[in-house]
Amino acid sequence: MGLTFAEKIFSRKAGKTVSAGEIVSVEPDFVMSHDNAAAIARTFKKIGVERVKHPDRVVVILDHEIPAPKESSASNHKEIREFAAAQGIAHFFDINHGICHQVFVEQGFAMPGKLIVGSDSHTTTYGALGAFSAGIGRSEVAAIWATGELWFQVPETMKVVISGSLPPYLTAKDVALGIIGRIRADGADYRSVEFAGETVEAMDIPERMVLANMAAEMGAKNGYVPADDTTQAFLKDRARADYDVVLSDPDAAFVETVDIEVETMSPAVARPHTVDNHVNIEEVEGTRIDQALIGTCTNGRLPDLEAAARVLKGRKVRVRTLVIPASWTVYRQAMKAGLLDVFIDAGAVILNPGCGPCLGAHQGVMAPGEVTFSTANRNFKGRMGCRESEIYLGSPLSVAAAAVEGRITHPRRFL
Amino acid sequence: MNHVFTGRVWKYGDNINTDVIFPGKYTYQKMEPEEMARHALEDLDPDFIHKVKPGDILVAGTNFGMGSSREQAAVAIKAAGISLIVARSFARIYFRNAINAGMPAIRCPEAVADVDTGDEITVDMERGEIVTRNGRFPFPPYPPTVMDILAEGGLIPFIKAKIRP
Repeated sequence: MGLTFAEKIFSRKAGKTVSAGEIVSVEPDFVMSHDNAAAIARTFKKIGVERVKHPDRVVVILDHEIPAPKESSASNHKEIREFAAAQGIAHFFDINHGICHQVFVEQGFAMPGKLIVGSDSHTTTYGALGAFSAGIGRSEVAAIWATGELWFQVPETMKVVISGSLPPYLTAKDVALGIIGRIRADGADYRSVEFAGETVEAMDIPERMVLANMAAEMGAKNGYVPADDTTQAFLKDRARADYDVVLSDPDAAFVETVDIEVETMSPAVARPHTVDNHVNIEEVEGTRIDQALIGTCTNGRLPDLEAAARVLKGRKVRVRTLVIPASWTVYRQAMKAGLLDVFIDAGAVILNPGCGPCLGAHQGVMAPGEVTFSTANRNFKGRMGCRESEIYLGSPLSVAAAAVEGRITHPRRFL
Repeated sequence: MNHVFTGRVWKYGDNINTDVIFPGKYTYQKMEPEEMARHALEDLDPDFIHKVKPGDILVAGTNFGMGSSREQAAVAIKAAGISLIVARSFARIYFRNAINAGMPAIRCPEAVADVDTGDEITVDMERGEIVTRNGRFPFPPYPPTVMDILAEGGLIPFIKAKIRP
């Protein structure tokens, strides 16, 4: 019996062959944290070691509340800057970079075959580059800072095979929401999810990042796309280190295989208040919205902004519309491509790259009774700062179309 | 570590997410566990914190703790007095966060189906058994690595003990 990608990653790290279910203590290649690095630093100090064991494996990217909206977040950031300087953490990215998951990939830390962890549930995103990448808790990050290692249970692997070519009104986001609607929010709990099939093979890195990002909403430990030529091309002149492509053996044991056919899909919408509350867009057409949010770590890359701009070009938005590019690199790309003009002309507000309104800390908090249609990855009650508000999730095309209409509508009419 | 827990049950449903266990708006506020406890389950059952007593046991359906990686969702529940959680299943990061906070998270769908709020149950961690009014329900005991972490009261004390034997 062959080994899965997950079993191979942990076997390499453990120095012996391990299989699903076993618990191992191993050393991740990189450990990412963001604004919660301040809390992690406080926990680290409680452990009682003086120095971070491998500062070169530590990546800290400020993104959750940037620039600081209040004194407490400013103090938080200050604590992190001082800690990073004192510990010689070279991979520290201040508020002028963007959302951690985008910056981590842009900066070449996400590489095939690497074991990466981060104190954010959407750390799964780096699986788009063929890495094993999982979210962990703050104390766990502190433990890695102190000792270099952490305990893991080797997960079982589930394969999602996606076939068909995407019609112009469908995006990777619709596919991801469709998968979640089918397998539910716990459909991949504790599991490693391998995204495979012709549709995935044809996807570029930003699209694959949508799938890997949304794997967190399937309950997965990690989600990944097997590294291929597209991955290698993306990493040329970008990868931070040498890497080995690790793939599941052809005879590896998958605990479940799910087949998804995209050509007959409708644009997908997740209704409040769970990501698996899936409907075809036709079922919620006409739903009035108060705010549209385009961007975030799920859909804030250039192709996403291009998709939104295709809909918004030459049109005006009827509701307040927030556009939040995932990084300053994306922001500049969008600027050079003329997309920012399209958004400004349409009446949208362009925010600085960061997590912004997605977690309800600042920038676009909702009032009671309001509805946001968002390209983010979560619509839990209270997520955007107000528990009496509602969040629908969809693709950049669907959200842009709704911004123009003031109601949820099929994006096909705008393409 | 105490291997046998007896306590009164608070039972909730499926897919209880971290935003209702510990709202995201507090995530970046500096808080000690006692203050976190005051917000435990705030958006699910605002009365919970007034009703819960030390040693009580939380029982939930599938995918308990889905969503964010925020550790406060485990720490707040523990600080509110909950000794351990029994669920049909746990979201992965929550499962880890609970253990790392020194609070057992036990998967035992059969026991969940059998108990209701107000019941008294006993959980034996070493034997891997939950005793309810109606019966005994086995679950696989934790592997030694996890038992060691719980024995020290969580991941951080565990590492402290390991670094300074």
